[in-house]
Amino acid sequence: MDPLSEFIRGITKDNPVFGLVLGLCPTLAVTTSIDNAIGMSAGTAFVLICSNLMVSGLRKQIPASVRLPIFILIIATFVSIVDMVMEAYFPSMFAALGVFIPLIVVNCIIIGRAEAYANKNNMFYSLIDALGSSAGFLLVLVLIGGIRELLGTGGIAIFGTQLVSIPINPITFMILSPGAFLTIGILMAIVNHIRAKKLARGG
Amino acid sequence: MAADVSLLQIFMDGVFIKNFLIIQFLGLCSFVGVTKDTKSAAGMSGAVIFVMTLAATVSFLIYNFVLVPLKLEFLDLISFIVVIAALVQLVEFVVRKNVPSLYRSLGIFLPLITTNCAVLGVVLLNVLNEYSFIQSVVFGVSAGIGYALVMLMMSGIRERTTLVNVPSSMRGLPHAFLIATMLSMAFVNYFGVIAL
Repeated sequence: MDPLSEFIRGITKDNPVFGLVLGLCPTLAVTTSIDNAIGMSAGTAFVLICSNLMVSGLRKQIPASVRLPIFILIIATFVSIVDMVMEAYFPSMFAALGVFIPLIVVNCIIIGRAEAYANKNNMFYSLIDALGSSAGFLLVLVLIGGIRELLGTGGIAIFGTQLVSIPINPITFMILSPGAFLTIGILMAIVNHIRAKKLARGG
Repeated sequence: MAADVSLLQIFMDGVFIKNFLIIQFLGLCSFVGVTKDTKSAAGMSGAVIFVMTLAATVSFLIYNFVLVPLKLEFLDLISFIVVIAALVQLVEFVVRKNVPSLYRSLGIFLPLITTNCAVLGVVLLNVLNEYSFIQSVVFGVSAGIGYALVMLMMSGIRERTTLVNVPSSMRGLPHAFLIATMLSMAFVNYFGVIAL
């Protein structure tokens, strides 16, 4: 196994959202702006990396029959850490993400990677896998958040700095929940289209 | 803070205005996963209403009578997860022993609920909104009803559109998401039905 290709795999083939269709709830709920998208993926990445390392390190000690409850407890511990750190140091982000920070604990991406990868591979590869999946998740969230923020408010601002603004009437629809479904539906169709083309070319 | 919210308001919030699936995006895995036919959607909805109500009740008792007196509020997440997992197991045992026909129809949906974020979401929102006991239970029931309503609508539409000739790259999930867009547009209009 080559570490770089393992990392890339998390972004492309095994992308959490478009490849494996895991973790849809946070993907749609917190992507009203790029700021929220970054905050959410940072929290998820921390939990994913820590839990992958811990599960991988303990994989020889965890009995197979009770592994899932143990994974959940490991994940819940790290989520509690993220929850408290965010509340203490990033109160505005904490308020914006609301109930979705504690809900990282039932995010299928994390338990999915623990079960499918960290439980079978050593710590180094589990770390690479967690980094790759986190990067894939971050990219998707920023993409969806960017599209929704751009069309919904007429500009993109990252942590208070205005980056882009376009002269349109803001489409409030995109910030509300239907916009999230519409964006991910269309993005998924585009991904399917690209995949089908790649397959047809024999790649 | 939440003592003055009427029960009707909480009920309408749970079912329509803050619908779990398409306004708050909680429990989407089952929303796209088990809405391919109405029968499994109905089974899942029944199981969720049941577990949500129980989880809201039990977690309120645990939070207010165990965690708060012991000043262990920071353990809320871990204890709620354990409570829900235990509850699902318990429900599974009881249903399997006493109502085997219901157990067969709920089948794999019961264990799936443990990782359904809608159930944990109800419990966490109850704590966040500082609901009283009655309010928590009403919120649990109404969130379950709202979940069932949308699951049944979605599965009905998806069943009827399985034979529709959509472009090949739109087939499956993208198609389901576009249906969800329409449903969600309808539900957004419930904002302000009751003055908030």
